[in-house]
Amino acid sequence: MGIILVKEKDIVIPGEKVASGMDFLPSIGTFREGEDIFASKLGLVEIRNRVIKVIPLKGYYMPKRGDTVIGIVTDIGFSGWTVDIGAPAEVNLPVGEALRERIELLKSDLSKYFDIDDVILAKVFNVTKSRIVQLTMKEYGLKKLRGGRVVRITPSKVPRLIGKGGSMVSMIKKYTKCEINVGQNGYVWINGPVDGQYLAEKAIQMIEQKAHISGLTDEVKNMLEEGVKNEA
Amino acid sequence: MRPDGRKNDEMRKIEAKVGVIEKADGSAMFKIGNTIAIAGVYGPKPVRPKHLEDPEKVLLKCYYDMYSFSVPERKRPGPDRRSIELSMVIKNALLPAIFVKEYPKSQIDVFVSIVQADAGTRCAAISAAAMALADAGIAMKDIVAAVAVGRVNNEIVVDLTKEEEDIEGTTDMPIAYMPRMKKFTLLQLDGKMPADDIKKALELAKTSCEKIYEIQKKALKDKYLKMRENENKD
Repeated sequence: MGIILVKEKDIVIPGEKVASGMDFLPSIGTFREGEDIFASKLGLVEIRNRVIKVIPLKGYYMPKRGDTVIGIVTDIGFSGWTVDIGAPAEVNLPVGEALRERIELLKSDLSKYFDIDDVILAKVFNVTKSRIVQLTMKEYGLKKLRGGRVVRITPSKVPRLIGKGGSMVSMIKKYTKCEINVGQNGYVWINGPVDGQYLAEKAIQMIEQKAHISGLTDEVKNMLEEGVKNEA
Repeated sequence: MRPDGRKNDEMRKIEAKVGVIEKADGSAMFKIGNTIAIAGVYGPKPVRPKHLEDPEKVLLKCYYDMYSFSVPERKRPGPDRRSIELSMVIKNALLPAIFVKEYPKSQIDVFVSIVQADAGTRCAAISAAAMALADAGIAMKDIVAAVAVGRVNNEIVVDLTKEEEDIEGTTDMPIAYMPRMKKFTLLQLDGKMPADDIKKALELAKTSCEKIYEIQKKALKDKYLKMRENENKD
């Protein structure tokens, strides 16, 4: 029988033993060596039955299959775009995955479709074994995001920003009358009235700073209500 | 008896702090006696220049820099032969602890600054850099701890000061060690030492590195425990 050496929400450091025994399974942020499971990152322990996870407190976005992300075009190549999604390595978006129509590469100017600094909503459809990230925009709802601004937060705090069943983000939308898109990579796109954009950005930064506090929803609500009052 | 009155297996007073540079992805300060090292980690990020990119592994770049005011007599600022070599030595000492295949086509920059030097700067630099890497959220197998051991007046001692280093016939041996994996990642030796003494010195280094490891562990956890306390107060 295996034993767990840590409690839920404990802080562990890389190389710290979290459990021993083959009846536990290492998930993200952990690794197995022999019969024991160790943490590979500085973070909080999460135990779900037999699966042990370490949620990193910091760190860059690690692309996962199926994530919807917001990207910023940084370069235009011959047959595609280079997109910044906050991942450690550069990510490529080929023409074939970006456009519905077929175009002739030799004759067309790709900046007509997406130019440098354009914001796009894309999906990670695969991460290969050698960690090459493949993006696509061919699914419903994936498009170029026009106007607005992008705010960056730590990827591990994205679930907090969205809230249970999207409660937090829809509340911000309601008060600020803004359109908000949250990428799993921690890039948040906001568009709407200028005052609303400013207020939404303030709320998002507040969530980023106070992500661990319980009762954060009420606090953000108060802030938003006050902000709306001041506007009027 | 040693010049500063310590026992042979006693290290100088150690202080460690994590999160000292706000703009860095990870940072740490490591102080041992009068030696102070500050490390900052940036990345992982895309590799520049691009031809250095490795499709399988991460590229670790280390920069060791000793400030001109860190020693009694002003040191000429900027990189020199010694600091370039030490940068390489620190990189090689840290690399075995990192999961290099987690971050292909990426680079991690490690900057270590020596603010005050009293021997053992490369060891302080490694201890600080290892904490900074963990603080940056980089996947690691273990934390690297480093200390110098040596032979002063025919006795095996740990954590030499500049005063001891300058004694005639002193041999100095900087060592980096991964306490969990029980592996050495750095072992340098300038001078002569009998084979038996080397064995004794390595044992002493192991136990000392384990002590440093506990301090590093506490520093890393303390940063977040403090954050949690402050939040509960709000």
